[in-house]
Amino acid sequence: MQRRRAAVASIRLTGLPVDVWWEETRVSETTEGKDPDNGWREEYWKRNLRLMAILLAIWFTVSFVFGILLVEQLNQIVIAGFPLGFWFAQQGSIYVFVVLILVYAKRMDRLDIEFGVDERDQNGDRL
Amino acid sequence: MSDIQFWTLIFIFLSFTVYIGIAWRSRVKETAGFYVAGQGIPTVANGAAVAADWMSAASFISMAGLIAFLGYDGAIYLMGWTGGYVLLALLLAPYLRKWGKFTVPEFVGDRYSELVRTIAAGAAILISFTYVVGQMRGGGIVFSRFLNMPVAGGVGVAAAIIFTYAVLGGMKGITWTQVAQYTVLITAYLIPAAAISQTFTSFPIPQITFGQVLDELNALSIEFGLNSYTQPFTERPQLDIFLVTMALMIGTAGLPHVIIRFYTTKSVRGARYSAFWALLFIALLYSTAPAVGAFAKFNILEGLGGTAVDELPDWVENWEATGLVIINPEADTIESISNRAADGADITVDNDILVLANPEIAGLPAPVVGLVAAGGMAAAMSTAAGLLLVISSSASHDFYFRRIKKGDATEREKLLVGRLAMAGAVVIAVIGGINPPAFVAQVVAFAFGLAASSFFPIIVLGIFWKRCNAKGAAAGMVSGLAFTATYMIWSLYISPGSTVFGISPEGIGTVGALVNFAVAIGVSRATPAPPAQLMEFIEEMRYPAASRRIAPPTADQAPETELGGA
Repeated sequence: MQRRRAAVASIRLTGLPVDVWWEETRVSETTEGKDPDNGWREEYWKRNLRLMAILLAIWFTVSFVFGILLVEQLNQIVIAGFPLGFWFAQQGSIYVFVVLILVYAKRMDRLDIEFGVDERDQNGDRL
Repeated sequence: MSDIQFWTLIFIFLSFTVYIGIAWRSRVKETAGFYVAGQGIPTVANGAAVAADWMSAASFISMAGLIAFLGYDGAIYLMGWTGGYVLLALLLAPYLRKWGKFTVPEFVGDRYSELVRTIAAGAAILISFTYVVGQMRGGGIVFSRFLNMPVAGGVGVAAAIIFTYAVLGGMKGITWTQVAQYTVLITAYLIPAAAISQTFTSFPIPQITFGQVLDELNALSIEFGLNSYTQPFTERPQLDIFLVTMALMIGTAGLPHVIIRFYTTKSVRGARYSAFWALLFIALLYSTAPAVGAFAKFNILEGLGGTAVDELPDWVENWEATGLVIINPEADTIESISNRAADGADITVDNDILVLANPEIAGLPAPVVGLVAAGGMAAAMSTAAGLLLVISSSASHDFYFRRIKKGDATEREKLLVGRLAMAGAVVIAVIGGINPPAFVAQVVAFAFGLAASSFFPIIVLGIFWKRCNAKGAAAGMVSGLAFTATYMIWSLYISPGSTVFGISPEGIGTVGALVNFAVAIGVSRATPAPPAQLMEFIEEMRYPAASRRIAPPTADQAPETELGGA
């Protein structure tokens, strides 16, 4: 709420009623290719896809490469009693999966804000 | 009544009072609340509900035991049933949430055509149904084992309870009930695991400590005529391990009762975080399971191996009564151990008892055994309830509302049909649970393979490839399903045991998914593109907010960027 009051105050400085400022800073709903500028969409989507590709590459590497394809080679290395390939297959890959989803959610939060497509409720709080 | 029975009754009674209480408090009257809980569930709670929904009796009761006997090869379940969430979080959940419909068939119906919707609704009902039979059976077995009740009675009691709160509460009731069930089941899983780790290694975190027993476990396994524990590819060839793991992952991402949960979040962002919380909660159990498996196997080999038959520990005798531990009448001392009766080993231990018997094996007090029984019930009940909801929504919404009434039905009518469908499903599931078809285990493999080869490819294409059209999706789904089902039926029934390149029926779903992708892309390319308006809908689905905010006049006035749209 503190934040919203500050925001409303700074909007008042522009001399416009809040509602008007509000309407004017939004791009109208896009309809059948009439959108004035679709460049941001391509850029947003491309960055989303790039992030996805990186994370999925890691997903594939820890589980299928380390845990299955190279398991015999990695098993030569033993840490705290765990042969490494075995550890990736039964422990490591699961931990990495959890981290991957968290990284995706955090990164997308930032990307959404950057492109102004983050979801807000009436108070301007993030949903 | 024994101590164990007393405590089992106490814990099951207490936990069920809580579940039904929650369902009663959150009963609903509108369809939206019934199916997607009014989209007002906090992400952490939704994550816990997804975890409870997902982790069935198989995860809770059977998985650690399976791993104990499979060794390294048990990793197919560990990676396969967790890695699917990465696919869900990155490829499906946020977009389906943005599309904002109730069910998976609803999405493919809007995105493609009514025909695709009908195929999908049929597949969703089939997949959910094969699953729910197993849950009823699991719940019934826990009741019958700890309460000395016939299995049929156990199944009946379990069904009555699930039905009450699923019908009463709908999705909202189910979600909050599942949060409670997750709490019960994870507590019941972690306490004995920590205690066993403490006993063996004087440190209570099993994930870290089970490495210490692996060397000895390998040596013991070989001594008793089993494969070395950490040795890969003893049960399945490498190619099959790869394909089964992949099939379980994409099958998980395609399971309708899992996907539907991401509609219950407030926002697209909420869907992403729900997936994170869900996998975190699931990982708690899934990272513990291999430790439980290793310790239990070690315990059995070391505790039973070389022991004279009349000097075996008490828990063996207790479980022998259930027929799940069998001692070869000709054996004097235990020299070989197996989990398959056909091996003719001196002692045969069923996979399914390891988790349930663990507290007894570790010498934990009776209340812990009761808690574990309640945990097993929670796992079976929560999954069954989620599945019933999918069956009910597919039947009432996708078949009745869309196909029979052509969109002309009142809220009350829809709710009534949904509840009737649920009741019908429960009745058939009870019959199935009491007289399980001989192929229940294979049927579960069917469910994953079919979900992998039908839903996953066309949903992913529907989001990421605008050009994919209805004809392509229908052709892809039908050919993927047909290919997978044909191979399964061939390998299991027509010519049992035969495979191509050693690919098991569990792994064929991966190939089926590839067939689906290839056919869907090929047919879409050969036929006209979807209408421009639909393309724009798909475009819209990719951006979380309804419309875009332009950056405020001055970039360094940070507070303004924080103010956003409704």
